Amino acid sequence: MTALLELRDVHARYGPVNALHGVSLTVDEGEIVAVLGANGAGKTTTLRAISHTVHRDGEIRFAGNALRGGPEAVARLGVAHVPEGRGTFSELTVWENLRLGAYTRRGNLKDDFARVGSYFPWLEDRRHQQAGTLSGGEQQMLALARAFMQRPRLLMLDEPSLGLAPLLVTEVFRIVQELNENEGVTVLVVEQNAHIALQLAQTAYVLEVGRVALSGPSADLQQHESVRRSYLGY
Amino acid sequence: MVELARKLPLPQRRFPASPVLLLLAAACIFLTVESLRSTIFAQLTVAGVATGVVYGSLALALVLIYRATEVINFAQGEMAMAMVYVAYQLTLWGLAYWEAFFLTLAIAFVFGVVTQRVFIRPVQGRSVIAVVIVTVGLFILIDGLVEWKWSANQRFMQAPFGNKIYHLGNVPIARQDLGTIVITLISVSALWAFFRFTKLGLGMRAGALRPAAARLVGVRTNALLAVGWGLAAVLGAVAGLMTEPAEYVLQPTLMQPVLLYAFAAAVLGGLESPGGALVGGIALGIFLNLLPSHSWGFVTSALELPVAFAALLVVLLIKPTGLFGHRTVRKV
Repeated sequence: MTALLELRDVHARYGPVNALHGVSLTVDEGEIVAVLGANGAGKTTTLRAISHTVHRDGEIRFAGNALRGGPEAVARLGVAHVPEGRGTFSELTVWENLRLGAYTRRGNLKDDFARVGSYFPWLEDRRHQQAGTLSGGEQQMLALARAFMQRPRLLMLDEPSLGLAPLLVTEVFRIVQELNENEGVTVLVVEQNAHIALQLAQTAYVLEVGRVALSGPSADLQQHESVRRSYLGY
Repeated sequence: MVELARKLPLPQRRFPASPVLLLLAAACIFLTVESLRSTIFAQLTVAGVATGVVYGSLALALVLIYRATEVINFAQGEMAMAMVYVAYQLTLWGLAYWEAFFLTLAIAFVFGVVTQRVFIRPVQGRSVIAVVIVTVGLFILIDGLVEWKWSANQRFMQAPFGNKIYHLGNVPIARQDLGTIVITLISVSALWAFFRFTKLGLGMRAGALRPAAARLVGVRTNALLAVGWGLAAVLGAVAGLMTEPAEYVLQPTLMQPVLLYAFAAAVLGGLESPGGALVGGIALGIFLNLLPSHSWGFVTSALELPVAFAALLVVLLIKPTGLFGHRTVRKV
């Protein structure tokens, strides 16, 4: 397997405050990788460093090349970042949100709309609805659909389970897994819900105050004493 | 059957029968009834719509920039005035009016883009005050440059529509008013279609609503801000060129009263609402045109501006967000 994304000794800061103190991680092509950690550990900042929405230093390589430029350039390379709060354009319609997802692409979107419809059949009937009037779960699905419209090589999800009922969390993660298996999308997911994240991911990283404290195959981490105590709660 | 069910319209956002819409409907009915009763009233109303659409389109330019840059561009009127002088210069060089008109619109777009790149972008994101001060500086700069190039003396420019008068029943309607209304509405509709139906327009709306999220999906928000300034300058140029035939003469102060009314119209409409700016402009135009001549004899043209702003004040006291404004609700 080849590495699609590689972070080496990445630092990031908000103004004068350092949030990452040298994070290194690797995401292989076709893999699902989870980033776990407590509040303030730097999970969200790691994603922001990749999409360059925070001031960053260090080496980030995507598909073999150094990742340069602002967030719009990163998006154009095929990285879909669903940020905290889902990045939904709540004033626009569902349809317009999906079209924005495909903003970086040219050509006919008919096939894409059909494929999105196969994962999210309800979207078709809601296409003219204002996105802000959708429920939390629907908005998370819409965010996934929007990211999918981008035909990304790497899908980055920031706490997709946040604020969702348990049943919906399962549903969201099922779709993420389907996208990974059927469409070959590589996934980097940040989660507080370690249980479900470790079930989904092949590899996981545990962040503690801006550093990687632990990493390895999910199965190993699930057995790991301190992970169990701190994040899984047994 | 399934196919049929799919085609059935789903309950959409219902248009609320808000007091504002009822008020506007009542105003329209009043204007129609009075127009049918009196030819002079009808004539003044049409002329009012003609000045109103000009206020409205400049107001729309202000709203465009307000939504994207979050400041009022105080130089909007002067930018428009400069473009009228450009058109004037082009006609002097022998271009026909409409050739000069469309060439000026193209120049206005470039002018708007360059203005944003050179003057606004360096201070963008520092503070709102900084940007506002830059726009005030632009106002003075453009004014000075125009006076330097063309002097402050009155210039006479060809009017596009001539002096022909049409008659609708026995109501005389000036071709000039009709032309102004048609040209302005065409430009506004073109702009609306651009925002509604094109990918670039969608990107600009997304960038104005949520810049950070828009960049994440690949929208080049910085470049699109400049495009927004360009479009606003084009709209301003249309407003300026449509002001000119009504004023008959060209002066560097041409757009200053228009900017004041446009500002009033934009605030009346709710500052964030493009439709509101246009409705506000038309309402203001009709109101001002009917005022001096109607039953309140004491309101002479000298009192137009104070009365207009007094009316604006009353509206804002009753509805602080403007006619079509929404109270911004931020979820935390």
